[in-house]
Amino acid sequence: MAIRAIDTIPKEELFVSGHTACGGCGQAIAARLVLKATGKNVIVVTATGCLETFASPLLMSPWEVPWIHPLFENAAAVASGIEAALKAKHREDVKVVVMAGDGGTFDIGFGMLSGMVERRHNVLYICMDNQAYVNTGYQRSGATMYGTATTTTPAGKVSLGKIQPNKDVPAMMVANGADYVATASASYPWDLMRKVKKAMEIKGPTYIQIHLPCPTAHVFPESKTIEIGRIAVETGLVPLYEIEKGKLTSSEKIKQKRPVEDYLKRLGWYKHLFASGDGAAVIKELQRVADENIAKFNL
Amino acid sequence: MSKTEVMEISRGIAEAVKACRPQVIASFPITPQTHIIEHLAQMVADGELDSQYIPSDSEFASASIVHGASAAGVRAYTASASQGLLLMTEVLWNMAGTRLPVVLTGANRGLSPPINIQCDHQDTFSLRDSGVMQMYVEDAQESCDAHIQAYKLAEDPDVLLPIMVCVDGWNLTHAWEPIELLDQELVDKFLPPYHPVQHLTPDNPITYGAWADDRPLMEYRYMMQKAMDRAKGKVVEVADEFNKMFGRHHGGLIQEYRMDDAEIGVLGMGSIVGTIKAAIDEMRAEGIKVGLVKVRFYRPFPADEIIKAIRNTKCIAVIDRNISLGAGGALAADVKVALYNLKDRPLVLGCLVGLGGREITKSTVRNIVARAQKAIDTGKVEELNEWVDLNPELVEG
Repeated sequence: MAIRAIDTIPKEELFVSGHTACGGCGQAIAARLVLKATGKNVIVVTATGCLETFASPLLMSPWEVPWIHPLFENAAAVASGIEAALKAKHREDVKVVVMAGDGGTFDIGFGMLSGMVERRHNVLYICMDNQAYVNTGYQRSGATMYGTATTTTPAGKVSLGKIQPNKDVPAMMVANGADYVATASASYPWDLMRKVKKAMEIKGPTYIQIHLPCPTAHVFPESKTIEIGRIAVETGLVPLYEIEKGKLTSSEKIKQKRPVEDYLKRLGWYKHLFASGDGAAVIKELQRVADENIAKFNL
Repeated sequence: MSKTEVMEISRGIAEAVKACRPQVIASFPITPQTHIIEHLAQMVADGELDSQYIPSDSEFASASIVHGASAAGVRAYTASASQGLLLMTEVLWNMAGTRLPVVLTGANRGLSPPINIQCDHQDTFSLRDSGVMQMYVEDAQESCDAHIQAYKLAEDPDVLLPIMVCVDGWNLTHAWEPIELLDQELVDKFLPPYHPVQHLTPDNPITYGAWADDRPLMEYRYMMQKAMDRAKGKVVEVADEFNKMFGRHHGGLIQEYRMDDAEIGVLGMGSIVGTIKAAIDEMRAEGIKVGLVKVRFYRPFPADEIIKAIRNTKCIAVIDRNISLGAGGALAADVKVALYNLKDRPLVLGCLVGLGGREITKSTVRNIVARAQKAIDTGKVEELNEWVDLNPELVEG
């Protein structure tokens, strides 16, 4: 195994301290890594959500790159307009990068994202996936996994949390015609930065979905963010892969496969699955999903 | 060289927009706006217009695209109508608050239900509080000229607000009229390339749309209101400058017609202004002292100008092609607010007219003036809303 010197990561910080994220926020870690990979020649668009809220207190902006927050649902369309303006100004050396949450991507902003990809704008769209509307207090989103207890899909006497599976937005982006689709994790910084760099080189619509453990919503100690993210990947529930021009070109191999319980047990929002025997069927279904991912993506 | 041709007004608007050299255009079809964006698409396809033309997936996307383009520092244009403007609403508030000088055309059309593609002003009036300036045009030439004035006004560093040119659907958008196409060199002189005060660029990174909590929002609104106030003076300057360069004056914030000794003043906006003028000429010939105030700008609202124009009348009849349900016509309400603190003020008759494209003829105007005369004779206005030309047979109870 090659030794990857930490010195090769650019020292320049483009997402600096001073923001108000919770301790252990996976998203803050990812935003910092993303910009280390993109460099300064970008314009960043962020949808309403955690990242926007904690990373733009007036006069305390941590963004060392040009940054705009428009609305919850229109980051992809605003990015389209910025990209068109850059074309008009012959400034195609500048790349437009969206960083939007899973609510802004999977749900309320999905139409805008689909339109952006169909029109083939040269935009790197990054979905910061913490699997819920965390900013408003942990409600379910289209990214929320089956069996998750959120504040709008709570566990209760007759409920085991969310009753539907999450959307497969990366697959939808492939079907939509995105040139490059990848999944990444804040717990795999080298892999994440490599994928961002690759997408930066592509002149067309690209999509990267970053899995982010969230101590606040998922309920775990804030010192464990990276560890939890790695466990999620090692169960197969969060497959890391790349799809280029519709073809699977790489996947992060799991060295030692873990049962999904290893992940679910660490997070408070799955504790109801272990509180009685009723959760066993949900856990079984999630294990099936993980096994399917392992087979499908050759993990 | 300018030249005059008979053409559909939608094409005339597209020609005027083209002359403004927008660098990004976002489009989505909706009747009766569609011809404008189709003409622009053809101009780009024929290489006559060098612009990034983006046929989007919704009006919401179109508004968002021009929002992004304007924030990135280029001149941007879009157009819509009716339901499409409602769909844009959230973005338009955001655009105004971000102080982006986008120009859009609102091809006025009623709102559903019942679904209706005919003209009234309900769609654009629903955006009156958004911080988007609104101007209403009377005829073919003004429909075109207004767009050139609109960019000049919106991009003024003392203003920096989006503006919507409100053009009556069908009566204007689809009418064929002689239109003078302006000389490009003169337009370029009148409207030089856009130089934003600030914009998104890695050369000078700035943060747009920050989280502000409860601290400065009130001050932001105050500054927007001040910009609206400053825009009033600029409207007049721009109209005068336009007149100097092109020899046409469509009015500033308002335009008066035969108001000098008028006892009855009619306030109206949009394409019905021509009908009102014709009716006034007839009534004047009969000795009725009636005049017109064409309300050209609805936002910023020209309170002082309206007061000045109607100060000596006995009654004014305000024509609203909209209704704020549960209250009444929105223009009449604004006019009443403007007059309230005056010592001597005319009676105000709020008239709901022409909703959903109901035809407004000279006899409609005469009917309104007769109601105003009755108010003068009796010394009072009996109804909060005068429903003009309502068909009682279609109304229950």
